[in-house]
Amino acid sequence: MWRTATVRDVVQESRSARTIALDVPHWPGHRAGQHVDIRLTADDGYQAERSYSIASAPELERLELTVELVPDGEVSTYLIEEVRPGDEFEVRGPIGGHFTWSSDEGGPLLLVAGGSGLAPLMAMLRHRAARDSDVEVHALISTRSPDDALYASEIARLRPRQGLEVSWTYTRTSPEGWEGWERRVDADMIAATGFGDPAGVRCFVCGPTPFVEHVLGLLVQAGYDASSIHAERFGPTGG
Amino acid sequence: MPPVSRGFHGRRRPEIDQSRIPPGQYFTPDFPVLSAGPTPRTPLEDWSLRISGAVDEELSWSWDELLALPSEAFTVDIHCVTKWSKLDTEWKGVSLDVLLEGVETEAEHVSAWCDGGYTTNVPLEDLTGGRAWVAYEYGGEPLDPEHGGPARLLVPHLYFWKSAKWLRGLVLTIADEPGFWELAGYHNYGDPWREQRYWSD
Repeated sequence: MWRTATVRDVVQESRSARTIALDVPHWPGHRAGQHVDIRLTADDGYQAERSYSIASAPELERLELTVELVPDGEVSTYLIEEVRPGDEFEVRGPIGGHFTWSSDEGGPLLLVAGGSGLAPLMAMLRHRAARDSDVEVHALISTRSPDDALYASEIARLRPRQGLEVSWTYTRTSPEGWEGWERRVDADMIAATGFGDPAGVRCFVCGPTPFVEHVLGLLVQAGYDASSIHAERFGPTGG
Repeated sequence: MPPVSRGFHGRRRPEIDQSRIPPGQYFTPDFPVLSAGPTPRTPLEDWSLRISGAVDEELSWSWDELLALPSEAFTVDIHCVTKWSKLDTEWKGVSLDVLLEGVETEAEHVSAWCDGGYTTNVPLEDLTGGRAWVAYEYGGEPLDPEHGGPARLLVPHLYFWKSAKWLRGLVLTIADEPGFWELAGYHNYGDPWREQRYWSD
C-alpha cells in the first residue's frame, strides 16, 4: 500500500548525502534495519521507484531516509538536488524481515558499514540508544573522508556508552591529527573491532557490493557463523 | 491519484522498449549483486545437484554429469524485486525439462535449496515447459560465484530472488513451503508483471 509522505525537513548530511525527514500519516512502524520503497510521479504521470534504508529509530515519530547521490541517478538526483520541505511523494513499507534487529533480541552485534551503508546500521544504533539498551555492539565504519562521514557527531554522543564501541577507518583522507586506521577494512581491523569469541555474535554488513563481498569473506575467515551474518548491498546502479 | 512530486521530471530512456520493463522497475545495463549472506564456495569435485522429496527415485548429478547433459543457450530478461531489470541476458544451462524428465511425482511445489542455506519455493509447473534452467554460464563465461556460480536456478518469468544462486537441490513437495525471502515479507509467487513484490501485494 502506497502512502503519501510529506517532506518535513532536509538536512545536508555529508558532501554527497542528505537526510530527508518525512511525515507519513498512519505509518505502521518499522524495525531497525528495514527499508522503504519510494515512488516519484511527474506531472505527466511518469513514475520512478527506488528503495532506501530507513535511518531513523523506530521510536522516532518521523521517518528519516539518508540518500547518497548516485552519479546520473534518476531518483537520488531529485532527492538530493530538488526536494524541499512540503514536497510530496509516495512511500511503501516497511520492507525486509532479514536485515533487522530489535534490542529485546539482545546481542552481541558486530556492525560493519561502508559509505552510506551506515544508514540502516544507524537505525540500529539509534534504536539501542532510544531503548537505553546496553547490548554489546561493536561498529566498524569505513568512509572515504571526514567530508563523506555520516552522523559523526551524533555517533560520538550515542548513549549508553557501556557496551558500545565504534571504530572508523578513512580510506582516502583522514581528519587532521588522526592516528587511527587509514585503509580499507582488513582482517586486522575485523580482529580488533570484533569479539574474541565469535560464537553467538550477529553481524550486519551494509555497503556497496564489492565492500560487502570483501567484508563477508573476512568475517567468515575470522570464524563468524555464516548463518548469523546478514548483508545488505547497493548495486552499481542504485538510481 | 498519486501526488505529483514537484520538480520531478524523470529521465526517460527512449531507446529502451518500455513494454519489456514491468511496472515499478527500471532499466539497468549493469548486473547488481544481491544476496543475504556470504558467497559460498564449494569445490566442484564436492558439488552435486539433487532432485529429492516426493519422488519415486532420487536423482543426483555430479558437476561433470551436469555438464554432459544436453544444454541450451538462451537469452532472457531478468527482473529483480529491488527494482532493476536487465534485458537480453545470455545464459547457458540445462533446462529443467531435461532434469525432470521421467520423474514421477504427485508434488505440485518445489523447494530449491542452496549452499549457504538459502531456499526458495516455486510451483512445479513454473519450472517446466521451457521456462526454467540450471544455468552455469553467463555471457559466455563460467558463472561468477557472486552471481550464483557454479550453478544457479534461472526462472526469469518470476522476480529474480526465485532464481536461486548456488543451487544444490530441488525438493519436490506436496505442500507449498515458503523459502527464505518468502518468509521474510516477500511475495510467495513473485510475478513481476503483476508486481507481486511483498506479502501485501
